[in-house]
Amino acid sequence: MLDLLKAPWPWYVAGVFIGLTVPTLLLLGNKQFGISSSLRHICAACVPAGLPFFRYNWRKEVWNLFFVGGVFIGGFIAQTFLSNPQAIQIAPQTTAQLQAWGVTQFNDLMPADIFNFAQLLTLKGLVFIVLGGFLMGFGTRYAGGCTSGHAIMGLSNLQWPSLVATICFMLGGWTMTHFLLPYLLKL
Amino acid sequence: MMQSNDTTVTDKETQVATPTFLGEEGSNALQQSESWSENIKYLLVGTLFGIVFVKAEIISWFRIQEMFHLHAFHMYGVIGTAVVVGMISVQLIKYFHLKTLQGEKVVFNKKQFHWGQVWGGLLFGFGWVLTGACPGPLFAQIGSGFGVVIVTLLSAIAGTWVYGYLEARLPH
Repeated sequence: MLDLLKAPWPWYVAGVFIGLTVPTLLLLGNKQFGISSSLRHICAACVPAGLPFFRYNWRKEVWNLFFVGGVFIGGFIAQTFLSNPQAIQIAPQTTAQLQAWGVTQFNDLMPADIFNFAQLLTLKGLVFIVLGGFLMGFGTRYAGGCTSGHAIMGLSNLQWPSLVATICFMLGGWTMTHFLLPYLLKL
Repeated sequence: MMQSNDTTVTDKETQVATPTFLGEEGSNALQQSESWSENIKYLLVGTLFGIVFVKAEIISWFRIQEMFHLHAFHMYGVIGTAVVVGMISVQLIKYFHLKTLQGEKVVFNKKQFHWGQVWGGLLFGFGWVLTGACPGPLFAQIGSGFGVVIVTLLSAIAGTWVYGYLEARLPH
């Protein structure tokens, strides 16, 4: 049983769990599934700077911070007690392509040659770690939601603007992967 | 614009009429207020969610690259199944008029189209591929020991703040 839990979980198990988060949060207390709003609440609570965008009752939304706190704890539990003893198995074509673009570390969930503290002092590290995070945070707020708020909650509720946002997430990701990433990985 | 100003409440501390967050992504539509201990249930749901994120390798930078190269079905399977399960659940809640634990009517938000969904969506996609994460997986990546992702999270918070600063000047 423990071996089964430690092996990577199949997509249909993950998909069902994530999909069930939508009704679970609604029925537990009328909460709309959405994670990127937590970033906004952190701004509203810590650095509102008098901006109208951060002037709302963030205390009523504190559940969202409990939720992401849970995601953090879940990440810790999975890594500490349920860690997969094998290296991650990704499609061999992807590995070959990334190797050609200069990625060397394939053992962990993240490429250790890009995501480490020493890389923060390099241009490459700044692009992937700092600029990447900035674009994610700016983009999700400009779009009014992220993969959870738009792609999962919005599509579940058949909201067409969420479909537009989801298509744009994918288009942006596709453009970055095929046209920019080859150059950025060689920085 | 993006703010829903349909109702206002008074922030007790500042005594200023504060727009509510209602109607936004991730918002709380519960009428009654919940204590800190009642919020623990969301922490538990988040914990399970975080475990799934790590165990299905959704937090993996490599899985995101694989998805955008169309080399594997995994991520499409995860997102597709989640959307179908979510859709069926929402329909069931609506059909049977299910109530929340507290006995309130379940609220669904209508989303308005604005151009931010296009421009912001594209920028989000760039960030998604660079970091190999969206906001949820960020927290799980940090929890599972990738300490440097704290910098990514701080940068994402900065990005959110800069959006708040520029909001009125950006095309929507």
